[in-house]
Amino acid sequence: MKPAPFEYHRAYTPQEVVELLAELGDDAKILAGGQSLAPMMNFRLAHPSALIDINTVSGLDYIRRENDELCVGALTRHRALEISTATEVREGFALLPRAARWIGHYPIRSRGTVGGSIAHSDPTAEWCILARLFDANIVVLGVEGPRTISAEDWFTGFLTTAAEPTDMVIETRFGRPRTHAALTEYARRRGDFAIAAAAVAFDIEDEQCKNVTVVLGGVAGVPLRLPEVEALVENSGADESTWKDAARASAASIKASSDLNGDEAYHRHLVGSLVERAFAEAYATASQAPA
Amino acid sequence: MTTEAEAPTRWVGNRLPRREDRRMVQGAGRFVGDVPNTHAYHVAFARSPVAAGQILTVDVDAARALRGVIAVFTSGDLGDPQLTAVLERDEFVTTQMPLLARDRVRYAGEPIVVVVAESRYIAEDAIELIDIDIDEWPAVLSFEQGGPDQKPIHDEAPDGVLVDLQMFTDDRLDETLAEAHLLLEETFRSGRVNASPMEARACLADWQERDEQLVLHVSTQVPHQVRTGVAQALGLPERRIRVVAPDVGGGFGQKCVVGREEVVVAAVTAKIRHAVRWDEDRQENLISSFHGREQEYRIRAGFDAAGTMVGLDADISCNIGAYSAYPFSCAVEPLMAASELPGVYKVGRYAARARGFASNKTPTAPYRGVSRPQIVLVMERIMAKAAKRLGIDEIEIRRRNTILADDFPYTGPNGITYDPGSYMEALDLCVAEVKKAGWYEQRGIDDGLLRGIGIINFSERTAYGTATMGMRKMQMTPGFEVSHVRMDASGDVTVTSGTCGHGQGHETTFAQLVADRLGISPDRVKLRQGDTDLVSFGWGTFGSRSLVIGGGSAAVAARKLADQIKIVAAEMLEADAGDIELVDGNATVRGAPGTQLSIDEIAETVHFRAHTLKHHEEYLLEARGTADPPGMFSNATHAALVEIDPGTGGVRVLDYIVVEDCGVVVNPTIVEGQVRGGVAQGIASALFEEMSYTPDGQPQTGTFMDYLVPTASESPSVAIYHLETPCDQTETGAKGMGEGGTIGAPAAVVSAINDALRDYDADIDAVPVTPGVILQVLAQGTRLHEEKL
Repeated sequence: MKPAPFEYHRAYTPQEVVELLAELGDDAKILAGGQSLAPMMNFRLAHPSALIDINTVSGLDYIRRENDELCVGALTRHRALEISTATEVREGFALLPRAARWIGHYPIRSRGTVGGSIAHSDPTAEWCILARLFDANIVVLGVEGPRTISAEDWFTGFLTTAAEPTDMVIETRFGRPRTHAALTEYARRRGDFAIAAAAVAFDIEDEQCKNVTVVLGGVAGVPLRLPEVEALVENSGADESTWKDAARASAASIKASSDLNGDEAYHRHLVGSLVERAFAEAYATASQAPA
Repeated sequence: MTTEAEAPTRWVGNRLPRREDRRMVQGAGRFVGDVPNTHAYHVAFARSPVAAGQILTVDVDAARALRGVIAVFTSGDLGDPQLTAVLERDEFVTTQMPLLARDRVRYAGEPIVVVVAESRYIAEDAIELIDIDIDEWPAVLSFEQGGPDQKPIHDEAPDGVLVDLQMFTDDRLDETLAEAHLLLEETFRSGRVNASPMEARACLADWQERDEQLVLHVSTQVPHQVRTGVAQALGLPERRIRVVAPDVGGGFGQKCVVGREEVVVAAVTAKIRHAVRWDEDRQENLISSFHGREQEYRIRAGFDAAGTMVGLDADISCNIGAYSAYPFSCAVEPLMAASELPGVYKVGRYAARARGFASNKTPTAPYRGVSRPQIVLVMERIMAKAAKRLGIDEIEIRRRNTILADDFPYTGPNGITYDPGSYMEALDLCVAEVKKAGWYEQRGIDDGLLRGIGIINFSERTAYGTATMGMRKMQMTPGFEVSHVRMDASGDVTVTSGTCGHGQGHETTFAQLVADRLGISPDRVKLRQGDTDLVSFGWGTFGSRSLVIGGGSAAVAARKLADQIKIVAAEMLEADAGDIELVDGNATVRGAPGTQLSIDEIAETVHFRAHTLKHHEEYLLEARGTADPPGMFSNATHAALVEIDPGTGGVRVLDYIVVEDCGVVVNPTIVEGQVRGGVAQGIASALFEEMSYTPDGQPQTGTFMDYLVPTASESPSVAIYHLETPCDQTETGAKGMGEGGTIGAPAAVVSAINDALRDYDADIDAVPVTPGVILQVLAQGTRLHEEKL
């Protein structure tokens, strides 16, 4: 469990990172919090020829509001969001600190970064699920300059994204404040990757659910939005029977597989339970109305 | 620090803080990885990527050529050394375990080539350059063997059976079972697990030219057995090898056998005459060290109408993996299972067959509890099933079958004589504590979660002596211990023991035993262990033996030393030796208050002023003690309260109660620590841990992301109550207690789960109980329930 040889570079500006990526070629990787990359290197599942350490890049550790968008700098540690009590987070994005508690263990949250998680794009990662739930945009810096990619286009497959090898994630812009939102997960041990995760968001108008979003984690190669389930809940009454209908439809919609935790039926059942609980929790814990 | 002025009259029974903790919490412990040797080379092993096959070619040229690589060895390069575990029984097939695979590979992860390099990094780089061509064969993974494409794992055992023990027979058992009022025919299974010590295996070998000696620091429970294994494999006399076990970060049995990698490191060092170290990483430990517990029990149990068991028949299969581990052999699990299945119960007629099957999986070693976590699960589930079928209360049916106080000494149909225990007393106390704790109220709460209570009862034989171990017919038969105790000129005491503590607090408890006999503070007693040049011989630490046998021999030696001190004191005080008492660091004369000498003065006189003594012809203050008890039964009752979430299939152990009886408790804090750690390990195999393989024999759980060792978050608080039935076969009255926590927990948790699922006709008899299993029971039970309506 020792990594193969690699070059080590340290960068001080995003521009420098992009230039190094271009110079060092496809096998170079950015090192942020290192919570996924370092273990993969130690297992020799990843053999990067060079690492570009961006922990010395300044100006990428921030959480700020720009109109409706919550903008999170790429080097923001999970822990910063977890403990944030800022108004700009509380209003419409109160789910983010709650969701951060599901991320690994305390040392992981203290070290891992939001940008690193988005770039790694694990389909059970909380920020990846929430990027889909909140219609996030991901800002990358490439050789041609910065550009923005929607979360819908960002996740292209298991641990793969729409980013070019020479792109660096600069910022994640969670795009849509929600009054009702929740994330539920299940793992057999506290802090493990979820067997499955479910995130939902909706508004309530006249006792009906509006603008419904449902995203599942851990059931596909990417965080999976469920448009049929969203349509089913849209305009339905905000009550238990709706949550149950959503749970049934979600369970039926996934391509389940069996693993060491249980068979296909188990995974469907779990997804249904998580969706139902996410709706119930989102209904019960309204975020503050957007200012 | 306790001063002599505050000293209690007896140190045994005292909650003396562990003397080991200070160095551990200060980072001053010394594990193999901490042993300084800046010039040591590092090794890494090229391991088989497949579960079974014939090695065609091994190309190490590129690895040898890599900068920083010192040497690369295959089995042939080392002279094809091997380890052979032998059991002197007709039913046992002796097989060899080569240190490095020669022509055949028998499990994924088996070492084939060793690379010696300047760093572990370079060694792992070199491993990637080694080209091994293997003709892959279909893997044999289960008990069912001899399929059309399958080749035998060992040619000596074409049917895969390495040991087949028909331990007990009873010609009238079949008839008894056929006529029984109730006949239960049940199958029980337990998953393959890894003991997962916090410190994986490690060794550092160095060649000391000055002493013409190979010095091997190794993370082991059994230093002398490692020395013998290395001596045999390398063809060296034992004196030429010194094995040192410094601080050892847990073993649980995984380190009570000799690992082939450890011997390879010694062989490489002997060859290149240069220090070499190996620090096993977690992936290696999970995949290629030693596993345990993969077993299946086919049981027939007969009861009469009153719920009395009239007969028990067991067909036990143990999947022992690819090789028989040295020196204990692969028969450890089958022997234990067949011998001790009846447990605390009078089972009537008894027969048991126990087999060990080879498979293309990692070899197994004894793991804390050895078969008893399984047999307790079997017996307690049998009792629960019979109670349900016969409409008898679960506690009542146990009362009707348990060996009671009046029955001791009790000899069972398994030929074992049980020394006195508190089986029903422990059960009754535990039931009372469960009621007091309000578990039954919690069980009845209707909030969508399902709660259940499991209460189970068991005994465990501990501290097996030579006579009992001899019945196993191992070529090397452990059992006895010899201890030396000596007092220096300042009156402090050094104790040596052939046991080898690795987290159990022996430095504390042995000191308590010795201090009581010498009338001094335990602060003045230092235990030295884990060094074959320092300790004459010993069997090491395993099988709940150390405090009883090692500590017992130290206590005997201390008693003899006390007698010597009394003779000297008698001469110096002009009193009769029979009137001398050793108390609070002084020798006093009974009936003559004020007439006393400090132990220090006596020690100083013996060392420096021997000419003043007429009656001390032995010189110095040294004594030797031995212990070799038959093996005695500790017992315990465990109770678990669990909560099941029907939405996720998740099981939480909410609360846990243990009533235990290990005879005289030397240090309650240490006993309770052992119980808590054991319970956590038992919960691990009940709910979380399993080494899984794909159908072609690839391990699926090679990291702690997949192999789910529970953390503090998954472990309940454990309330512990002590009963003391002193043992009359030992110097100290103590019985062994290192394994009980692990033994009871799977049965308690599984029983509680079945109780929580009582409305769903649950009948779970296998571990681990995964969320998927829970959901199957819920789905099936709901269907049955709906069909009834």
